[in-house]
Amino acid sequence: MKLIYHLLAATGIALASASVWADKPALTVYTYDSFVSDWGPGPIITKAFEATCGCQLKLVGLEDGAALLSRLKMEGKRSRADVILGLDTSLTGEAAATGLLAPHGVELSQLDLAIDWSDKVFLPYDYGYFAFVYDSDRLTAPPTSLRALVNDANGPKIIIQDPRTSTPGLGFLLWMRQVFGNDTSEAWKKLAPRILTVTKGWSEAYGLFLEEEALMVLSYTTSPAYHRHVDKTERYRAAAFSEGHYAQIEVAAKVAHSPNQALADQFLAFMLSPEFQNIIPTTNWMYPATRSHTALPAAFNGLVSPKTTLLFDASVVARQRKIWIREWLDALTD
Amino acid sequence: MDPRVAGRAHRLNPFSLLVRDAGWFGVVAIILLIALVGGTLLVLLTASPAAVLATQLADPYLYRVVGFTVWQASLSTLLSVLLAIPTARAFARRDQFPGRGALLRLMGLPIVTPVIVAVLGIVAVYGESGLLNRYLEPIGLSWRGHFYGLTGILLAHVFFNLPLSIRMLLPAWERIPGENWRLAAQLGMTASQRFRQVEWPALVGVLPGTISVVFLLCFTSFAVVLVLGGGPRATTIEVAIYQALRFDFEPGLAAWLALGQLGICLILVVALHRWLRAQPVSRGLKTGQPRALGFDSVGQRWFDGILLTAVCGFVALPLAAVIWLGLNGPLARVLSNATLWSAAGRSALISTLATTLALTLAFGLTLSARRLSTRHRQQAAEGLLLAGSMTLAVPPMVIGSGLFLLLLPLGLTFDIATALVAIVNATLILPYLVRTIGPALMNSGARYQRLCLQLGMSGWQRFRLIDWPLLRKPLGFAVALAATLSFGDMGVAALFDTTGMLTLPVMLYHQLGAYRFNEAAVTALVLIVLCALVFVVVERLVGQWRS
Repeated sequence: MKLIYHLLAATGIALASASVWADKPALTVYTYDSFVSDWGPGPIITKAFEATCGCQLKLVGLEDGAALLSRLKMEGKRSRADVILGLDTSLTGEAAATGLLAPHGVELSQLDLAIDWSDKVFLPYDYGYFAFVYDSDRLTAPPTSLRALVNDANGPKIIIQDPRTSTPGLGFLLWMRQVFGNDTSEAWKKLAPRILTVTKGWSEAYGLFLEEEALMVLSYTTSPAYHRHVDKTERYRAAAFSEGHYAQIEVAAKVAHSPNQALADQFLAFMLSPEFQNIIPTTNWMYPATRSHTALPAAFNGLVSPKTTLLFDASVVARQRKIWIREWLDALTD
Repeated sequence: MDPRVAGRAHRLNPFSLLVRDAGWFGVVAIILLIALVGGTLLVLLTASPAAVLATQLADPYLYRVVGFTVWQASLSTLLSVLLAIPTARAFARRDQFPGRGALLRLMGLPIVTPVIVAVLGIVAVYGESGLLNRYLEPIGLSWRGHFYGLTGILLAHVFFNLPLSIRMLLPAWERIPGENWRLAAQLGMTASQRFRQVEWPALVGVLPGTISVVFLLCFTSFAVVLVLGGGPRATTIEVAIYQALRFDFEPGLAAWLALGQLGICLILVVALHRWLRAQPVSRGLKTGQPRALGFDSVGQRWFDGILLTAVCGFVALPLAAVIWLGLNGPLARVLSNATLWSAAGRSALISTLATTLALTLAFGLTLSARRLSTRHRQQAAEGLLLAGSMTLAVPPMVIGSGLFLLLLPLGLTFDIATALVAIVNATLILPYLVRTIGPALMNSGARYQRLCLQLGMSGWQRFRLIDWPLLRKPLGFAVALAATLSFGDMGVAALFDTTGMLTLPVMLYHQLGAYRFNEAAVTALVLIVLCALVFVVVERLVGQWRS
């Protein structure tokens, strides 16, 4: 066994030294795959950052935010990541507990989020709100509050994502918890008959919705902006709920043991620059995190803008997540 | 070790005995397989504390999940295989109608379609607002409100597995010697007697393998069950494993669940093989087709015609929906994207690597199993075949994560990601190869073992002259299936790095994740067309290769 390890390690060194980017310093950023895809911010950001840093930006696309966290936990101190980008506030509590991340040291006054932000480890780069998107051709009077959605026995059928396998799914679970508190279990039971199905991830749910299987799907307040901007249609809209909407704040953090601390700092600072922030709306379909960006694209006009922003503290989510998922399971399975 | 050398030793331990009887090829294959699965499970088991595990494994919810998993998998398997028997029989009886070859190839497509694409296709036809409901509702027939749940799960599983079962069962009829049919005619057997006495003995050689592959596929089904199951009541063990690895990061729990899954599958599959014991098919000539003997009645012709139309329609409709959506998408834009073609190239590379590896392992296992069975070590032979088909019960996420943790100390995980994905894919396709090559080789062994001994024929010569002609057709299908499965499989690419591992299925997911549903439809079309192409080419190349 040991011999095999040595042999493989030798091949590894040979491969690594032969790689073309050995001459320039490289910054490795772990992120989720819709960030790195051709349609995401990845390609543009790589170009912009490499133009100023004299380095190579290596984006590693993993399935989603949860995959990012589990990869970090798996690799621990051996991680090759210098920066991780793409966790949201329902995962940051557990990410902080790994002890693998270092303070960002960035001035937070430039942030312009829906809430105050003072976290010293996680630096936000964009944010959005969960919302039910509906098809206005088929649903003319969508519910105006989460309570109305839950209580109306004749209400529209919805598709949601599984909180055990997807971040939006977990987001909705937290949203329900914010609105219904200790009565959440009852609320889930009331809502159950109108949940058409619960999918593994966002893509399955949205795909079914576009095939008109249900009238509403759990997505984001910014989803209609995509349809306006690219499909040129007003058909899909987000329903505004009077209790407020649960926020998703996407953050990045520096890996403590990374040998490229200076480059990582430079990247985090770049993340809040107008160059980065300006492309967020039409590539990641989220709101920029700072004031420094130029005006939002026209497609963002008139989107639902929640009066109240709902958000649990990351430590509460880390502590309660399993208990609340269990509550959800029990409510929907008996 | 050279088996002859081992044979000369006076006292042999069980291992040397196995090497002697099985040959080194199979022994190496089985050791590699056990090391891969065992090693990955072990590294996960040691990665999390045992104290927490005990309470989690005692959770009654977990047992409900196990119960549901077994229940839905059994029902899905029963439906798929029960429908497949008469359909395969109809295909065997109607061996000359125009379009038969195309229809049989169609049967290879559902299983290789990426799950999310297939699900969207199925829903477009059979869903709540699907095509059928739209046309049937005005005449009072509708299943609105009933699709999501067990109905949806069973429908999708039958869509994936009925065609696969048909293709796996069909060779049974081709193996029935003409003498048997003539004898049946002489004895004036009725249709049901013919089925029991002539067809069943041939069928029972391929049935256990087919049932176990389908069962394992349904047992480990994940996204389909969640999406069409209608809620968390429909949860399989695989969901719990994904959750444990991904969201909760409890590798130990994931490994225990995987072991449990493997254990349950193993018990059920072994029981099945005990119950349906393969009987040697008598040797004979390929003359005297049943049709020439007057077995073919008008009623039978109608029955076969209706059945074939219904089954092919059922399978073709969702595929047609996928193709239709693709043709209506932005074809030019997607096709002119260079990324698409480099992704296709990478998919082809992974598929080639995975198929080569799996084929090597499969030949190791099946040739050794035959050697063992001709030396009257039936149980060891069955054990080898079983091991080769059980890898389907181990979730790719578990093997992938285990390999990842195993190789982590070397810092190699980036550089050899392609190889890792290919290895995981190889374990996924191995069962199809073993279960298709296995029966054909065993059969050729049972028929020609004595002849080969008499002629002193062995090794390559025997393989080329005796086995190959019997093997090439089923092998052509199996290799084509394996290559396309690996080609269209998202597998564990996302576990490593989707930027560097941009395969076609990964690209499809990227498009979906970016709201590009219409572009994804075109990618899905390209994927299906390429799969069909790979299928036809490989099946032709292998299936008609004259030795």
